[in-house]
Amino acid sequence: MKKQSVIVKGWASFVLCAILMSGCVTEKDTAPTAGADNGSPPVEAAGDSIKVGILHSLSGTMAISEVSVKDAEMLAIEEINAAGGVLGKQIEPVIEDGASDWPTFAEKAGKLLQQDKVAAVFGGWTSASRKAMLPVFEQNHGLLFYPVQYEGLESSPNIFYTGATTNQQIVPSVSWLLENRGKKMFLLGSDYVFPRTANKIIKAQLTAEGGELAGEEYTPLGHTDFSTIIAKIKEAKPDIVYNTLNGDSNVAFFKQLKDAGITSKDMTTLSVSVAEEEIRGIGADILEGHLAAWNYYQSTDTSENKAFVDKYKAKYGADRVTADPIEAGYTAVYLWKAAVEKAGTTDVDKVKEAAKGIEFAAPEGKVTIDGDNQHIHKTVRIGEVQADGQFKELWNSGEPVKPDPYLKTYDWAKGLSGE
Amino acid sequence: MDMTILQVFNGLSVSSILLLIALGLAVTFGLMNVINMAHGELIMIGAYSTYVTQGLFSAYMPKSWFDTYFIAALLVSFMVAAAVGWLLEMVLIRHLYGRPLDSLLATWGVGMMLQQIARFIFGAPNVAVTSPSWLNGGLAITSSIILPYKRLFIVLLVAVVLTAMYLYIYRTVQGRRMRAVMQNRSMAGCLGISTRRVDGLTFAIGSGIAGIAGCALTLLGPIGPSIGTYYIVDAFMVVVLGGVGKLVGTVAGALGIGVFNTLFETYTSASIGKVLVFACIVAFLQWKPRGLVALRTRSLD
Repeated sequence: MKKQSVIVKGWASFVLCAILMSGCVTEKDTAPTAGADNGSPPVEAAGDSIKVGILHSLSGTMAISEVSVKDAEMLAIEEINAAGGVLGKQIEPVIEDGASDWPTFAEKAGKLLQQDKVAAVFGGWTSASRKAMLPVFEQNHGLLFYPVQYEGLESSPNIFYTGATTNQQIVPSVSWLLENRGKKMFLLGSDYVFPRTANKIIKAQLTAEGGELAGEEYTPLGHTDFSTIIAKIKEAKPDIVYNTLNGDSNVAFFKQLKDAGITSKDMTTLSVSVAEEEIRGIGADILEGHLAAWNYYQSTDTSENKAFVDKYKAKYGADRVTADPIEAGYTAVYLWKAAVEKAGTTDVDKVKEAAKGIEFAAPEGKVTIDGDNQHIHKTVRIGEVQADGQFKELWNSGEPVKPDPYLKTYDWAKGLSGE
Repeated sequence: MDMTILQVFNGLSVSSILLLIALGLAVTFGLMNVINMAHGELIMIGAYSTYVTQGLFSAYMPKSWFDTYFIAALLVSFMVAAAVGWLLEMVLIRHLYGRPLDSLLATWGVGMMLQQIARFIFGAPNVAVTSPSWLNGGLAITSSIILPYKRLFIVLLVAVVLTAMYLYIYRTVQGRRMRAVMQNRSMAGCLGISTRRVDGLTFAIGSGIAGIAGCALTLLGPIGPSIGTYYIVDAFMVVVLGGVGKLVGTVAGALGIGVFNTLFETYTSASIGKVLVFACIVAFLQWKPRGLVALRTRSLD
């Protein structure tokens, strides 16, 4: 009798701990590291190879997204090696698993920089993983290429941001929605740093550009029941739902939205974390007609993109798709190569100096590394999901947009940066 | 007014989903006292079984038959998850009876292995299951109150599973043996019941019900290697709140959590709503540590 209640009590406290941790993912299995040659003496760029680190979640919840980015980066390295490498040396990737766990990202970043002495690291996905790695790169004076769109308001001297910042994705898409789809906007996001910061920016922009806030809701990461949220959306009757949900919650939200009788004809939704890869996991029939804002789609019409998609599919399978962060990861490797070749060395300071103004014909079109903030100039694109799971581009910015992570060129954004 | 009616239905629907994910655990944890952390992964196995069944139907069956795949998938999910559960009991759990903390760690490890196996077989990204066309849409009561057929179907499914379980446990010979073994193992053994076989069968049934839950959840949620982690905490909460050892407690626990979660979420937000629900549960368990329905027996030590 007594033991029973002890078990029950123990359970209650255990489950409570699990809840507290559920935001940071409980799984901690570490996949074996491939290609790591830990036994060799740590000499930088010695011999005939240059080591670079690849640090993504290969296990845990984020593996859903990050494995494909790792694949794209490996493809780029393979291509560069086949074409003679960098500075006449082969690139030797050291792959580590961040395991969807932010302290693990920091720990593995330290290992790559201190033990493997890598010339650069390509890695990260969530803002939490980037924030965890940032101090490690600054202390060890390393170089990180971060491939995912993010919430802005950051510019580390040791990070190159090859995904979009807010003024290359969120801000122009909100302006476009207000002009084309109505004024009443409902903000829905996962409860962590990216959606909350993004929505702070959107709210300031709505006030400045004559929009109206119909509601704002956040759900825990991994939330799977949206019945109440959808009831609230029905009650608020917005023209637009601006969706910053991340990960699996998107699947549950869109499935349940459709069941509740709301289609893209009744109400516009625009997502910033739903790309081709996610569409495959949700089902194109459910997402058809909904919108997304990115800098790249698999359907983007450039000759570089055709070659990229063909090579990616040839290497990883015809059923695989490419998407914005995958392309940004691929581009990052080439940008690093161009900077190293211009600098003539892998020395971090010299590479950073050389990187300014470097241009590359990426699959998404021409990109340029900005001289001021180590972000890259990118074209903004709004796309609509088609029945085949691909996007049809509805609008683009016409030319690459200069990155402005602190939104200094927007009057209404004063006071948002908090710096 | 519309919102209120809709939320009453939503509360019921959330409860039915909670009950579905907790029912299997009510058997493996509630009746057998195994802290089965791999329960979420058995749900995942059910979801992937549905995915595979759908693939087979679209490949080998005439198109007009496609919509019936879901019925087959329910059966397949039950069978596959039950088989995995039975194997798990044979190989591992059998050696851990009466050692709840060891079984917690061992099944946690098994859960992680199953996740990684799923990742090897199906890849890390989510997969999509097309729900059968007869479950699309909803029952329109007024223009703004639409009760989705999928949620109605899950309510119905839960009722059927619950009835079947009740009949099995309280109205059949095997069920009586199961109760006997769970209540007093050595006495049941003395009376000639093969406790080993009953253990294996009970664990397999609990696992199979988790598989059914996984199949039904493909209608509403994601299908990926780590979906089990989203449901495991809720499942344990329902069983612990309801009171270990009684089916009716599990039903009460699911209803309580579902209704209060929906209520809190309506007036606050999803995150705060969840916090409030758990605060209430912790407070309640302080007051009644054995849950809503306490099993009065000397047999559970």
